[in-house]
Amino acid sequence: MQDWMGNVLIALILTDLLLLGSSQLRNAIRLMAVQGFVLGLLPWLAHGKLTGAALLMGATSAVLKGGVFPALLRWASREIHVRREIEPLVGYIPSLLIGLGVLTGAFVAGARLTLPWASPSPLLIPTGLFTAWTGLFLIMARRKALTQVLGYIVLENGIFILGMVVVEAMPLLVELGVLLDVFAGVFVMGILVFHINREFSHIDVDQLDALREETL
Amino acid sequence: MALGAGGPLGVALVALALLAFSGLGAWLAGGRSERGSVWLGAGGAVAACGLGLLASVRALWVSGECLLSAPWRIPYGEFQVGLDPLSSFFLIPLFLLSGVVAVYSVGYFRPWPGRNPGRFWLFYNWLVACMGLVILARNGVLFLVAWEAMALASFFLVVYDWQEAEVGPAGWLYLVATHLGTAFLIALFVWLGRESGAQDFARYAAPAGMAGWVFLLGLIGFGTKAGLYPLHVWLPVAHPAAPSPVSAVMSGMMIKTGVYGIARLLVLLGDVPAWCAWLVLLTGAATGVLGILFALAQRDLKRMLAYSSVENVGIITLGLGLGLLGVATGAPRLAVLGFAGALLHVLNHAVFKGLLFLGAGAVLHATGLRNIEMLGGALKRMPWTGAAFLAGAAAICGLPPFNGFVGEFLIYAGAIRGIVGSGAGVVGGVVAVGSLALMGGLALACFTKAFGIVFLGEPRSGMAAMATEVGASMRYAMAALAGFCLLLGLALPLGLRWLEPVVGQLSGGAAAPPGRAEEVLIPMALFGLLALLPVVAGALAQVRRRLLAERVQRESATWDCGYAAPSASMQYTATGFVQPLTEAASGILRPRVESELPAGIYPAGGAFRSETPDAARQLFFDPLFRRAARRMGQLRWLQQGRVHWYVFYIVLALVALLAWAVWT
Repeated sequence: MQDWMGNVLIALILTDLLLLGSSQLRNAIRLMAVQGFVLGLLPWLAHGKLTGAALLMGATSAVLKGGVFPALLRWASREIHVRREIEPLVGYIPSLLIGLGVLTGAFVAGARLTLPWASPSPLLIPTGLFTAWTGLFLIMARRKALTQVLGYIVLENGIFILGMVVVEAMPLLVELGVLLDVFAGVFVMGILVFHINREFSHIDVDQLDALREETL
Repeated sequence: MALGAGGPLGVALVALALLAFSGLGAWLAGGRSERGSVWLGAGGAVAACGLGLLASVRALWVSGECLLSAPWRIPYGEFQVGLDPLSSFFLIPLFLLSGVVAVYSVGYFRPWPGRNPGRFWLFYNWLVACMGLVILARNGVLFLVAWEAMALASFFLVVYDWQEAEVGPAGWLYLVATHLGTAFLIALFVWLGRESGAQDFARYAAPAGMAGWVFLLGLIGFGTKAGLYPLHVWLPVAHPAAPSPVSAVMSGMMIKTGVYGIARLLVLLGDVPAWCAWLVLLTGAATGVLGILFALAQRDLKRMLAYSSVENVGIITLGLGLGLLGVATGAPRLAVLGFAGALLHVLNHAVFKGLLFLGAGAVLHATGLRNIEMLGGALKRMPWTGAAFLAGAAAICGLPPFNGFVGEFLIYAGAIRGIVGSGAGVVGGVVAVGSLALMGGLALACFTKAFGIVFLGEPRSGMAAMATEVGASMRYAMAALAGFCLLLGLALPLGLRWLEPVVGQLSGGAAAPPGRAEEVLIPMALFGLLALLPVVAGALAQVRRRLLAERVQRESATWDCGYAAPSASMQYTATGFVQPLTEAASGILRPRVESELPAGIYPAGGAFRSETPDAARQLFFDPLFRRAARRMGQLRWLQQGRVHWYVFYIVLALVALLAWAVWT
């Protein structure tokens, strides 16, 4: 079980790195789907046995993040004809380099962080931190609103992974609540992106600053 | 004696729940039926206040303590409520005043032109319920939640007439002030909780040697709500803007929750150093004198009443300060009299200030005017309102046999006890007697002006001339409060025994109960004689009738010095009436005067304009906030308007937090 868990976590780190380097939106969505599906295995692996709660949590995650969200995003990208991220705010190669630096930091922090619960795998905390950061980074460094929605889902994946540490302590209800929250969020954002595109004929988020309050 | 949960505490909680649900019900019903909504809201409020009043009087009577806790899934929080003598005592004016004001509000807002009456009842009933919860709470988190809910409910009531231009800024000022105060309270409770490891009141312990500083935090936080100088700036702005019943409850009771907070903090801390006693004493004296001075200079009737509330909070604080000084210097009688006087003044001020605001509201309702200079002659047109206002004015000036006298008398007695003693009590007593006497004199001038200009003489404007007496519910409410002013004035001296447990709590149980100190026994006999005052008055009236029986009597207009064409503008103006006093205090009041004096033998005309803005606001808060706004403006570059940057800030904060968690 232990090495399976390690393999899954390494796969998750690899998807994060690939996400940082992918310019094609379709690729990124596919990576996210893979990540979401693999994530569904984690509660089972972390528990060591298949309990009802783990099954429910894993299955919900796999279906939502591996199936529903990617389909929704794919539909949105088709509708608004956005295929690739042109001119990201931080380039792909620099993104990867920064990502490697943060990954190192995440391992250092994960090793030093003392937790009240025993972690099922030494890789778990660094993977969670790195995935959450990847999500935030995608929101920060990319222009298209769709990529940002994607970043939001990846961020939630990171939180999900970190939640595995406390899988015994964290009530199922909280996790399901977060999932519902993300579902609603993605749904709203998908529609919003669609409408922004129709109104302004682009979804470049950095041009939203026209909406800010004028300085005094 | 322990009380079961089914006793007064349970009844009080039922009353609070009834308030909350009737408010909600009134709001929901408001869209469909105005009548139903008013009935539900007012009926719920009156029933709940009656129930709560019974429970709190009963609890004070048996003077027991009880505690009820229920699990509550909030970190450090627990739904823990309790009823002890201090809480019971503060609940009495709350339920008394709120119930009467609810009756008044029915008439005041009739016919609810084009708006949903439920909005008022929702926030009104919730405000009363939250104040009750503040007084009952025994857990820091619960207390802060109730405190905040109370502030929000009252904010929405202040901005009830949001369409009017002055209401918006007033509401914001109130919201900012109350939150600044709450910030200090959060610091206070966090500090206390850190020391004891829990947020339950019972387990609070003052950090060693720091009790004074903890108390100072509370004095600032609670003082903002109570209106201590110079934290009072929101009072004279928010009260005129709020509807009159709301002003009555806010001024009569909500600011007292600040006093309650200070008193509760004293009970929790047990012992505070002597410098705190001096601070409280001097703050009270300054608040009282400055409050009544500014009240004197006001032309807006409700703003004047608001400043007068500042003065009365000053008197209460002065009493607390004397009590603390008594505890600190080991003078139990001083402590008992100071605390008992302060407590009685809390109750009394709730009744007479509520009454005065209701009276001002009745005048406003009948004439649409708050400016004293444009009113006049209201007594003939509104005899009920006039009589009730007069009773309230006499009470607030501390004239016997009304209730204002009792509390102030006890504080005077305490201060004189301090003077005839030795040590620090002498200085404290002199400060207290001097400032109380000054306040009393100025209050008399202030309310002579208010009653004289508004109710006597001839109307100074067409709108004042068209005034008619207000409706039945408003009249009854005012009459009830006026009756309470008289009743409490006569009954309180006999009921001092009821105060024993409350005073015992405040003074740490070390002091002798007030009923047995001989200083109070003598005035008690005196108070007893006061009950004869109406009898004496009746006898004098009888004598007068007897004497006049054989002579010819006729009624005519007041002699006008032979002038054939008197006009209303020849009467004293409010500003003119108090001019000698405001002139003498112009160094403190700093009025802005623009005058164009009549010149020559046949002057063509003249003009006079004066305005007295709040000095604390002008000199301290406005410059402070302007500077803060400028400083904060320099951070504007942080607001990029780009989502990317905002997320970047979040990431920075998270990474910093993670680093802090990992490397410390």
